[in-house]
Amino acid sequence: MSDTPILSTHGLTGGYGDFQALFGIDMHIDAGEVVALIGANGAGKSTLLKSIFGLLPVGRDMVKFEGNSVGGTPAHMMVRRGIAMVPEGRRLFVGMTVEENLRIAIDNARLPEGEGPWTREHLFDLFPILREKRRQPIEDLSGGQQQMVAISRALLCQPKVLLCDEISLGLAPKVIREIYEILPEISAFGTAIVLVEQDVGLAREASNRLYCMLEGRITLTGISNDIPRDAIAAAYFGASHAVA
Amino acid sequence: MQWLDAVIQGVLLGGMYAQYALGMALMFGVMRIVNIAHGDVMILLSLIAVSLAGVLPFGNLGLIVVIVPIAVVIGWILQKFILNKVVGADPLPSLIATFGLSIALQNFMLEIWSADTRSLPNSDIASASFQIGSIYVGLLPVIVLITALVLTGGLDAVLRFSRFGRGLRAAAADTEAAAMTGVDPKRIYAIATAIAVGILGLAAVFAALRATVSPSDGSAQLIYAFEAVIIGGMGSVWGAFLGAMVLGVAQAIGLRIDPGLGILFGHLVFLAVLATRPEGIMARKK
Repeated sequence: MSDTPILSTHGLTGGYGDFQALFGIDMHIDAGEVVALIGANGAGKSTLLKSIFGLLPVGRDMVKFEGNSVGGTPAHMMVRRGIAMVPEGRRLFVGMTVEENLRIAIDNARLPEGEGPWTREHLFDLFPILREKRRQPIEDLSGGQQQMVAISRALLCQPKVLLCDEISLGLAPKVIREIYEILPEISAFGTAIVLVEQDVGLAREASNRLYCMLEGRITLTGISNDIPRDAIAAAYFGASHAVA
Repeated sequence: MQWLDAVIQGVLLGGMYAQYALGMALMFGVMRIVNIAHGDVMILLSLIAVSLAGVLPFGNLGLIVVIVPIAVVIGWILQKFILNKVVGADPLPSLIATFGLSIALQNFMLEIWSADTRSLPNSDIASASFQIGSIYVGLLPVIVLITALVLTGGLDAVLRFSRFGRGLRAAAADTEAAAMTGVDPKRIYAIATAIAVGILGLAAVFAALRATVSPSDGSAQLIYAFEAVIIGGMGSVWGAFLGAMVLGVAQAIGLRIDPGLGILFGHLVFLAVLATRPEGIMARKK
């Protein structure tokens, strides 16, 4: 079983209605691995995450989780199977407290709190500010604090695979560092992390492997530390730009 | 004393309106689904109750036990097979779908029950009253008001503290993010509408006990429910209760000024609230 990746895509195509955004994506991730997905705006990174997670229609065999075909399974069923997502823009539940936002995840998690690796207590130890603000409405928190809630919410689903969509977007460098320091702790539990990130340097540092996307295709893949910067630049912008 | 009496009668009338409004507070206030057929569904349930009362020897309490489950099933079907297909960020599709349903229901009811007004047979409860000082208070309106209070408190607690309530508030705040967190929005919406229409089932029996109903009465109930929710503030169950009280008292006072002014007075107070505090009395501060 160990050579079966926990999550993989197979010739995944998809998009929004008539607009095709992804053209045959093959990628995979193993348990405990951190894989970065980099690429320019509009390369299809977020679309790929949404397609994997059942938020956009894809063929059944295009997504495999623990060896089973799960493409097109609705997102709430994906959570039960063991995938969770930190969506772009955080998407927290406005009008509810920090605690209530976390409770939603606990209510619907793959495993009850206490049986999975993550508990609120554990997360409050990682993000002490959240313990302090647990009874406050979510809209009273700063952007960085909200991102911590979003990550905590996803982790309380007790996922085997965590999909992170642009978790550094719009945050101060100090806060970004704070949040990225948590990632090794998450993978230490065997949780696989797919990291969509625009900041190439950050993505390389935080990941074991990376995939670079351009116009809905994967243009480069390899061990993050082994890939030379100019190869990434060529894959990121397309060959014609790299020459110029 | 005349005005105190008007206020008391208004509060009692408000108890009836609160029962109309609670389902609306859940569907429109929380889920942001505009259900134009809200009043017609209630009238349908009232007419079913009237017809059943002739066949079943249950008495009025027994009637509630039969009608509420029917209402719950109707609500679940309504959400599962109609509203879940049109629900989304845009309120217009649900408005159009339920507008069509409203017209269809009214004609269906005319076909079955004709345009006659009907009510449940007079019972002891409906005619009993007691006296406080020089003011007479009907027993049935008091029961209606207490029921409304219990329903409001219960619904508020369910929304605040239950797993279902949290899931519903999450789905209403951001349907896609709720799904990402493991909530099945369609299932939870179907349960919510079942609860909303179930409450309407209770209101339907009380309405038919209290006064008469006919197939075309639905639009008035719809307006009262809308006004109560908006006066009270979207998303607040106690707000809808308070809005119903405001509406009831305004109508009762208007009625004392001139018997033709009652309903108009209610609408005027609604307009006054819209003009001065459009977010509603109990709206949360942003």
